[in-house]
Amino acid sequence: MSRYITRLRMRRTYKWNGRPVGEDRKLKRQYYESMSISVEGKTEDATVSLGQYILIEGDDDDNPFVAQLLKLYTDDSGKKKTAVLQWFVRMCEVPQNKRKLLGRDPHPQEIFFYQDRSCDNEVDGETILGAVQIEYVPVQDPFPVGKSRDILFVKLLWDTKSFRALDPELMQPSQSPKSPPPSSRGPQTRALPTPDPSVMKRAMSGILTRGSMSTGKMSSSEAESLHSASKLSAAKALSAKRRSQAVSGPQVRKKLDLCSPSKNMSRDDVLGELLDERSEKTLTSKLNTSPTGRISISIRLTPLNLNKEECVSPLSSHSPDKPRMTAHDKDDAARARTPSRRKDSAALREPALAALAEEEHEDSPINTAATSRSKRKSAQLVSSRIKKQLNLLGNKIGLQSDGEDGDDDDCFIPSKIDLQSSSDEEEEAKIDSEDELIVKKHRGSGTSRSTEKTRVSARTPRKTPSKKTAPATPRTPRHATPSIPSRTAPARKPGNVLEEARARLHVSSVPESLPCREQEFQDIYNFVESKVIDGTGGCMYISGVPGTGKTATVHEVIRSLQQSAEQDEIPHFRFIEINGMKMTDPHQAYVQILQKLTDQKATPDHAAALLEKRFSAPAPKKETVVLLVDELDLLWTRKQNVMYNLFDWPTRRNARLVVLTIANTMDLPERIMINRVASRLGLTRMSFQPYTFKQLQQIITSRLNRVKAFEEDALQLVSRKVAALSGDARRCLDICRRATEICEHSGSQKNSSGLVGMSHVMEALDEMFSSSYISAIRCASVQEQLFLRAVIAEFRRLGLEEATFQQVFVQHQALCRVEGLQPANVSEGLTVCQRLGSCRLLLLEGSRLDLFLRIRLNVSQDDVLYALKAD
Amino acid sequence: QDRCGCVLMMLCDGVCVQAQKLLRERLCHQKLPDQPVGLDSQYKHLLELLRRTAVHGESNSVLIVGPRGSGKTMVRIHEHHFNAAPVAGLLQTDDKIALKEITRQLHLENVVGDKVFGSFAENLAFLLEALKKGDKSSSRPVLFVLDEFDLFAHHKNQTLLYNLLDVSQSAQTPVAVLGLTCRLDVLELLEKRVKSRFSHRQIHLFSSLSFAQYLDVVRAQLSLPPDFPDPKFSDEWNHSVTKLCEDKTVEEILRRNFNGSKDFRSLHSLLFLAVSRVSVSHSTLREADLIEAWRLISVDSKANVLHGLSILELCLIIAMKHLNDTYDGEPFNFQMVHNEFKKFIQRKSHSIHKFEKPVVMKAFEHLLQLELVRPVDSGVCKVQREYQLMRLMLEHGQVMEALQRYPQCPTDVKQWALSAFG
Repeated sequence: MSRYITRLRMRRTYKWNGRPVGEDRKLKRQYYESMSISVEGKTEDATVSLGQYILIEGDDDDNPFVAQLLKLYTDDSGKKKTAVLQWFVRMCEVPQNKRKLLGRDPHPQEIFFYQDRSCDNEVDGETILGAVQIEYVPVQDPFPVGKSRDILFVKLLWDTKSFRALDPELMQPSQSPKSPPPSSRGPQTRALPTPDPSVMKRAMSGILTRGSMSTGKMSSSEAESLHSASKLSAAKALSAKRRSQAVSGPQVRKKLDLCSPSKNMSRDDVLGELLDERSEKTLTSKLNTSPTGRISISIRLTPLNLNKEECVSPLSSHSPDKPRMTAHDKDDAARARTPSRRKDSAALREPALAALAEEEHEDSPINTAATSRSKRKSAQLVSSRIKKQLNLLGNKIGLQSDGEDGDDDDCFIPSKIDLQSSSDEEEEAKIDSEDELIVKKHRGSGTSRSTEKTRVSARTPRKTPSKKTAPATPRTPRHATPSIPSRTAPARKPGNVLEEARARLHVSSVPESLPCREQEFQDIYNFVESKVIDGTGGCMYISGVPGTGKTATVHEVIRSLQQSAEQDEIPHFRFIEINGMKMTDPHQAYVQILQKLTDQKATPDHAAALLEKRFSAPAPKKETVVLLVDELDLLWTRKQNVMYNLFDWPTRRNARLVVLTIANTMDLPERIMINRVASRLGLTRMSFQPYTFKQLQQIITSRLNRVKAFEEDALQLVSRKVAALSGDARRCLDICRRATEICEHSGSQKNSSGLVGMSHVMEALDEMFSSSYISAIRCASVQEQLFLRAVIAEFRRLGLEEATFQQVFVQHQALCRVEGLQPANVSEGLTVCQRLGSCRLLLLEGSRLDLFLRIRLNVSQDDVLYALKAD
Repeated sequence: QDRCGCVLMMLCDGVCVQAQKLLRERLCHQKLPDQPVGLDSQYKHLLELLRRTAVHGESNSVLIVGPRGSGKTMVRIHEHHFNAAPVAGLLQTDDKIALKEITRQLHLENVVGDKVFGSFAENLAFLLEALKKGDKSSSRPVLFVLDEFDLFAHHKNQTLLYNLLDVSQSAQTPVAVLGLTCRLDVLELLEKRVKSRFSHRQIHLFSSLSFAQYLDVVRAQLSLPPDFPDPKFSDEWNHSVTKLCEDKTVEEILRRNFNGSKDFRSLHSLLFLAVSRVSVSHSTLREADLIEAWRLISVDSKANVLHGLSILELCLIIAMKHLNDTYDGEPFNFQMVHNEFKKFIQRKSHSIHKFEKPVVMKAFEHLLQLELVRPVDSGVCKVQREYQLMRLMLEHGQVMEALQRYPQCPTDVKQWALSAFG
């Protein structure tokens, strides 16, 4: 998808075409009707003119903004070029929460007519990237498939609240007297359909992918000719154009005839038959003159496409002036969709290929067979000869295109054909000799079947590359979906009051409201809301010890802001969250932001560059982005460029970025940030105080929400205890949860009130806060206890808090004798010592010091003595 | 008649080998018992916790703290009920490796075959995304077992711990994070935001076993199960085991072992040695086997080294011991040792020949190689070898015991060692 990017990197120069067509004296503006864009490194200039659909440089290189050009003017200085536009939106530009309003999956190439009065519809003319083609698809029709990806489809209208059916009239640009008719024609297929839309379309795509347009005013016919003879010299362009028209026109009719033999011949058909001969000639001559094959073949496909189109809507097909995109598109869709799903067996494929080969031979002559057989024969001869030539080429291209596999827009159609011919190759040998026979047989077997087979034949080539591309070695799945297998039995719902209470008290359960943080909530809410409404940016720093509800409050704010955005009280915004702890490296922050913003993957450096561009480039339709950076201190780097960027972007004029940062320490900006970073962070700070016991109590009560599981005193004890220690709400909830467990456990033994009482809470508190050293010493083995005693004795003797193993060991042996135990040897002594060290009752040095290992106590001497005495 | 006896021998042989195999398996932890001994309440607590995760989809985090050999790893008996991802701090030495291991064991979709590709950042994002997508009611609970939990706390930023504990505290896929450690102070290692996310549930596995219970365990460990194929043999065996446990000497040995440490691992290694001595010729476990096993196990590690020294080297050791006594553990050099040795030769010795200085030096270097003496400041060799300061790595008692056991030790050397000063 680097097409746009490369285009963007090139320097573009903009120039007015022709003289101004009008002037507004009052505003000192001069109106033009077209502008040419020359791209550095390209010889040809692209021209955009009024009424054309254009791409506007946006923040996303892959999806530039789409709009229709309404006016082009310059101010009196003549420097600044301004364009007035009618916007279209892509699905990715529609706010996330509104996307479901569509009620179906959007087509990847689908765009919506954007109707919003408030949106600025004037942009700098120098942000125009080039022209694009848009097709109108009526609401009830499916999207055409199998066309170039450069074509966008518009079906619905988006008015920021809902999707509505689009009136095709809206697509017509307002015909101002200033814009003369020829300029409004352009590639605008709807306004003035060209003789053959499909040719036209391909012509456009060809032009687009080449990234330049022909000089001068682009008429549709010229575009067409340019494509069909893209490799021919300019001198031949005109004749090629005529030829292609001729080819497409009559063959359409001819095929139509094939499909519906009962139909009366209209004047067009007769004409078509008359023209047929000529078309054949031009075709063959062209094939001979241009051995590249790609071009000529792509023209040959056209009748194939069209013939089916006409089958579906025979009436509309007669007048080539009438728009018949819909039928065509529908058919196209049907054709291209099926092959991907359907897996033709080899048996099915063989006849299909045969039919295809045959079809290709006779596609033009078949209808005229009744009148002149010789003609057909000659055509067959020529075409088969050509095919032989092409097969050599086709095989090569076919193999090449395997890797690309339809991903490549520009070579999509040609490669398809090439493959077709290459897959024909095998059949060719057989068929070549018995050409005549098959043709006869085929003709006899009924015409309706032949169309059916054409369809199959059109399908087969697509399958071939997909088979070949199947990788032999297992590779990492590119698009592995992260998921955890689902459980077999459903999770059980809480059964009794205590279980219910426990479920409610779990930290993960989201409470209906966040009590005790009303002030903070209001502050953050006001901050973000004002920024969103003003469309400006800003930073806020939130600090507080763990478990004081910082992240929860911000989430709550965002939730309610999103609600009001949904009710259209405030403009829509995007919310993005990153967490310093959830990334492996500070620079991954860029990657994550970019991915969440645009779903793109990039390396950190590239992501930083893209974000930089996105936040500094002016874009009229940009939504405000609210970025939450949790655990900010982890984003610290030596140069602090990650932090710098995060705080610098909101200060850009066009950024529309609100950054909320969260960290634990209040003075983080002063402590770790260099001046230029701290200054950009600004002084909008907020500090979350640890919860007081009353607040903690309120939190538990509100979470329990009338589930009566706790005694009032018990709750107060927990909250007082936690408030005194840390004020961490998580701790408080965990203790309560543990207390319910203890209560449940003891409740089964004796009949109590069933409520969690003081004793249970006490036990839970003991479990969580009491040190385990004492019980560890009590449960240690006799030798371990003796060793601890020896350590203390040696410390007392030395008057130091440190001793070597050798010294302690002497004491240990003496103590053993006192206790009447057999003294341990050095190895046993060391084992005991190491075991105490692994529990961290003792702090030891590395064990290779052996006898001179230094020993310190990790517990106070009093604790040790207390534990040993009570024993 | 002869043939019959032979067959009987073979049969007996087979049974004996079978019994031995069964007991060895038991003692080598190849077959874990169904339930840990003496830890009923802790076991129940943990089981209840895991059950709630499994049944209700409630996320939990718990630390199991206990000294080595107390049965922490036995919780892994229940692993197969879960979508489990055990990682060990000693194997997965950083978060990157641990993450790959977790991803591999959970069989997430970015696993190909048995390998996980992609960068650390991608893997982390993928795992978090996977866990985030799940919810309480529909996802299968995941059990994370972090063996040597304390080592994970040393990883950079404690990223893995933070994320696992964060998942356990938020409405995502239900997880149970189980940390196994022997460090009592493990919570102090956690960063404050990691600590806050931990539920502070700790299950301590301290064995409060009394000696009587310990004896019961010994008996149970040695007894053959009732479904043993040869009931006659098993009856005989079990009877002998019961008798063995009542024996005074055996009880004394077991008590010493119990005093040393209460964990079953040291007991198992003792019993393993004893069981290995059982053979066809004496198909029951006798006290002599246990005594021999104890002797093997309790032997001092340096005693054997001393046993293999030459008389000259032993004399040098004694000289060093005297120097240690004289100078109260201050380091010495070769010259001092040599002087001490010369004094002994001149004054007291009758049996020891006079050795050339280079020979003595060689003997001293051998001791250095055996690491019975060690230089004070290792590596700095600016000083001449004779004057480099050394320390004796032997305890007084070790030297005396070695002398006692030394075969044909000259009497004058012994007396020299016993005399107070040189």
